[in-house]
Amino acid sequence: MDYFLELLIGGLTRGSIYALIALGYTMVYGIIELINFAHGEIYMLGAFTALIVASVLTLHGMTGLSVLILASVVAVLYAAAYGFTVEKIAYKPLRQAPRLSPLISAIGMSIFLQNYVLLAQTSDFLPFPNLLPALPFLDPYSRFIGPTEFVIVLTTALATVALSCFIKFTRLGRAMRATAQDRGMAMLLGVNVNAVISTTFIVGSALAAIGGILIATHVGRINFAIGFIAGIKAFTAAVLGGIGSIPGAVLGGLVLGWTESFATGYLSSDYEDVFAFCLLVLILILRPAGILGRSTVQKV
Amino acid sequence: MEHGTVRTARVVVILAALFTALCPAPLPAAEPIKLGIAGAHSGDLASYGLPTVKAVEMVVKETSSKGGVLGRPVEMFVEDDVCKPEVATNTATKLVSQKVHAVIGHICSGATKAALGIYKDARLVVISPSATNPELTQSGQYPNFYRTIASDDAQARLEVDFAIATLKLKKIAVLHDKGDYGKGLAEYAKKFIEQSQRASVVLFEGVTPGAVDYSAVVQKIRRAGADGVIYGGYHPEAASIVSQMRKKGMKTVFISDDGVKVDTFIKVAQKYAEGVYATGPKDTTKNPLAISAIEGHRKAYGADPGAFFLNGITAAQAILNAFQKAGSTNYDTLGRALQTEFVETPLGRIRFDRRGDAIGVGFSLYQVRNGAYVEVSR
Repeated sequence: MDYFLELLIGGLTRGSIYALIALGYTMVYGIIELINFAHGEIYMLGAFTALIVASVLTLHGMTGLSVLILASVVAVLYAAAYGFTVEKIAYKPLRQAPRLSPLISAIGMSIFLQNYVLLAQTSDFLPFPNLLPALPFLDPYSRFIGPTEFVIVLTTALATVALSCFIKFTRLGRAMRATAQDRGMAMLLGVNVNAVISTTFIVGSALAAIGGILIATHVGRINFAIGFIAGIKAFTAAVLGGIGSIPGAVLGGLVLGWTESFATGYLSSDYEDVFAFCLLVLILILRPAGILGRSTVQKV
Repeated sequence: MEHGTVRTARVVVILAALFTALCPAPLPAAEPIKLGIAGAHSGDLASYGLPTVKAVEMVVKETSSKGGVLGRPVEMFVEDDVCKPEVATNTATKLVSQKVHAVIGHICSGATKAALGIYKDARLVVISPSATNPELTQSGQYPNFYRTIASDDAQARLEVDFAIATLKLKKIAVLHDKGDYGKGLAEYAKKFIEQSQRASVVLFEGVTPGAVDYSAVVQKIRRAGADGVIYGGYHPEAASIVSQMRKKGMKTVFISDDGVKVDTFIKVAQKYAEGVYATGPKDTTKNPLAISAIEGHRKAYGADPGAFFLNGITAAQAILNAFQKAGSTNYDTLGRALQTEFVETPLGRIRFDRRGDAIGVGFSLYQVRNGAYVEVSR
């Protein structure tokens, strides 16, 4: 029973990691139906920025929570600026182009950002400091969950709730939903569609940066390529849950995390990815739009 | 008159030409010892083969300046096999037809294996500086084969011996990263543990490289009750697995390979790296012969030597020493000399065992202590 619980919580952590990144994917897709392959790179940039800021602050003698908060704020702002710029450079000029063009542009952006960090920083793995304070109340449960895991699960939950409320109850959220439904009509009704899309990218990138910091803390190391695998897994999670849906992304992430965790625990880790992707295929056969996705009606 | 002179001159020239052709060339001091050098000298893997050519060149030059071997000069026959087995057979046939006395090469295990049969039939000694496939020596098929590099399973052997004999581990989990290198090593480790019959493999699994989380595998190690982990793979995953084990309060011994015996591992895993064991190549940086060989290369070619350079030097020195000690180029006496006569090389004082592996070349065991790898004596 203990073993089951360990795997369950391990899968929850892993799933939350995927979900945190998947949120950004799904938001962008929901609004402009673009799979933003550069999202994983924004996540990586966030982690790098946090590492650099934290190193500088630590050098100046700061410690503890203040380093974490300052580094996170700078990383979130920086990553948001990157998300905003990437959209303006790579996607906006292609808004009227066939759907394949922005997709290719996104892949190009991803490759560019990876190599930019590779050249500007290093190809080596860098240690990522543990910025989180110790949580003594978790000590008795250390074999199940550590402080970083706990914070990741908590953050994902909070981010999901906050994002859902933002989209449901705010003016900007309503504009987002309108843009997602029918961009032309939203424009006619006075919604500043470009501003809405920019906001989507800013929010998604900020989330990616938070994910980057937390996950890098959990893993303990970063390099220029971490965005790739994380991005692929998060993309899978988003598709699994129903791309475009916020709760779907989280559910997809969790399902993926649990599948991998239990497959490793009870069967074999050799086939971890095989099980994960078999599940994806199975779900897409039964529910082509994903677990929570709605199949969109063709707009004639 | 004039006509006649020209004719006379012509006859003289023809006669002279005939005379030189018929007359045996003046005998050289002695027939040279012919050394074949085969390996990848062009193509993708040229960087593995060319350093050995330079290494042999340097050794031959030095030997020649001291009067050669057995009073005979040494001549090099360099042939390219592009690391391809199908080309290597041609390379071998060509070297055999050139009547070389021994071959240094080949570089890649596949090419070496393809060529060895031909050399065996021609009764030629072959020394490779870099072919690490264990079968080449262990199968016993190629009594003419020697090498100056440790075979792929040497690390696994060292890890398992250390785990069982020194650390007295009973239940060992063997993990790998599913790559050629890591998985190959893990499979040898598993085989050796099972052969020893003094410990059991409680878990044998591959992990996904680059994953964000290894907690499930870590929990599995705990559940299997392993008192030690042998990991085949590289440092990023090793750092993650060790960190997660230690964070979950597991003190399980962690033993890995030279993919982990890098300083980046300690830098990344930080305090969790303490106590981790890893095998790595024997330290040659303090060997004066290695220092002077590298220095000599810098002087001669204006650059640092490439891959397997010291192994190449060692191979050349070993074979020339064997010629000298054997007193002939005879295949049988040459083999006996390689197996009995020690020679001082940049890799240390070596000779070869009966299977052809160099004794004294190979790996040592290191442990992370106070943030640095320290060699552990067994």
